[in-house]
Amino acid sequence: MSEQPSIDEFGGGPSLLGPPHAPRSREEGTRGALIAFASTVIFVGVVLWAVLTSDAWPAVQRQFFSWDHFVDVFPDVLGGFWLDVKMFIVAEIIILTLSLVIAMIRSLRGPAFFPLRALAVLFIDMIRGIPVILLILLLGFGIPALQLPGVPTSALFWGLTALIISYSAYTAEVYRAGIESVHESQRMSARSLGLTQIQALRYVLVPQAIKNVIPALLNGFVSLQKDVALVLVLGIREAVREADIYAAKTFNYTGYIAATLLFLAVSIPVARFTDWYTDRDRRRKQSMSA
Amino acid sequence: MTPPKLELRGVWKAFGDKEVLRDVDLTVDQHEVVCLIGSSGSGKSTMLKCVNLLFPIDEGAILLDGADITAPGVNPNQVREKMGIVFQAFNLFPHMTVLDNITLSPREVHGVGKAEAVERARDLLDRFGLTDKIDEYPDRLSGGQQQRVAVVRALATQPELMLFDEVTSALDPELVAEVLNVIRGLKNDGMTMVIATHEMGFARDVADQVCFLDAGRILEHGPPEAIFSSPSEPRTQQFLQRIIDAGRL
Repeated sequence: MSEQPSIDEFGGGPSLLGPPHAPRSREEGTRGALIAFASTVIFVGVVLWAVLTSDAWPAVQRQFFSWDHFVDVFPDVLGGFWLDVKMFIVAEIIILTLSLVIAMIRSLRGPAFFPLRALAVLFIDMIRGIPVILLILLLGFGIPALQLPGVPTSALFWGLTALIISYSAYTAEVYRAGIESVHESQRMSARSLGLTQIQALRYVLVPQAIKNVIPALLNGFVSLQKDVALVLVLGIREAVREADIYAAKTFNYTGYIAATLLFLAVSIPVARFTDWYTDRDRRRKQSMSA
Repeated sequence: MTPPKLELRGVWKAFGDKEVLRDVDLTVDQHEVVCLIGSSGSGKSTMLKCVNLLFPIDEGAILLDGADITAPGVNPNQVREKMGIVFQAFNLFPHMTVLDNITLSPREVHGVGKAEAVERARDLLDRFGLTDKIDEYPDRLSGGQQQRVAVVRALATQPELMLFDEVTSALDPELVAEVLNVIRGLKNDGMTMVIATHEMGFARDVADQVCFLDAGRILEHGPPEAIFSSPSEPRTQQFLQRIIDAGRL
């Protein structure tokens, strides 16, 4: 295995609390933690004080942070958010599978597979070139309007399909990068044992590729978890749509804050988990090469 | 008369405009051990990979048991079922245990049942002193152990021809012998082998035929005594002199 210089050796690493260089002594570590805590308290205190004592604060509070409105709107927004979560789970499962198939097709070699490969490239290029919102409008309004026999007319179905198609194109590229990051000798070794291209991908390349791209896939999770809200343009009553309806009725935006909090409640833990996983993976690799 | 196990006829291979194999002819008989020697970049490794159909050749033909395996329409996977190759860098699958590395091909390619594949793997591991490594992952093994597992993995498909591509070049000196002894053992079993190597003492010892490659050509070939004691080509003499000067022969 080749030695790769990494910025981590200089103390830079994705950690919330700062560079993970080891403190020289326990005493110094405790002192560092105390300083971090104290400076955080002071910083947050100053910001809060500045905001809460400003002249504009009462108006901001009324419009965005009204407790009464919050209590009023929260059940509807929560109900809508539950739909967001369900959409996310269904879409993500399909995306992870579909995009892997696309990436595998794109990774096939040899002239015999050219048409399949070209089709995969065309799909990825086209879909990545279309704004997600446009795809949602196109499928969500367009296809039900055709009233084709046997074709679903649900806006939810087609909105979700648009998201799945769009994200599959991106995720396929994530997988492909992972497959290409596995050393060529692994493919050669698998083929030399008589495995077909598909078998080599399935048993040898893809398992190693997935391990390499888990952080990138998790990043995609966070992104999709927010983008499911885009189906609101089709009139689907998910969280943001509910907040929007409430704002239109009452001219109060607390509903948006409620939706914001719900989205953050899911995405921040995933982001933290991604960092934790990446960090752990990096440390494992370091200890292995040591 | 049975045809030779392996035959190369006028094989040419280029990567871009760099010619790596130039008009290579070689005949390997049943149970014969052929060693390929020559400096790095002389084409030894490429030759083995062409035989394994990992690289397509540009001209000429490669025959296995008298059948042209480089003819159009030949399924490379069927050809590879008859031969095993071991690489310089081991190339074990890091996400699989030793056992899974070994049984993957027998089970998925050769249709061997799980119980039999495991049984076969156990027998081979026993034979090469690796019994206690069966459930380890490759990164827990020494280089020599990994390379022996790689040999076992190739043998598990029950090949009739084994190709070795500088299998000791990536090993610490003290681990070289354990791998070479494995190959010696295979010679005693009568395995047909083509071995690219920098270990001249080993080549002299184990080979029935030694081929000296230089710039993609087989410049000289013959029994080891002839090549090592009285090489006729100046390039061969020069190469061997350098090896002797380096204290490697």
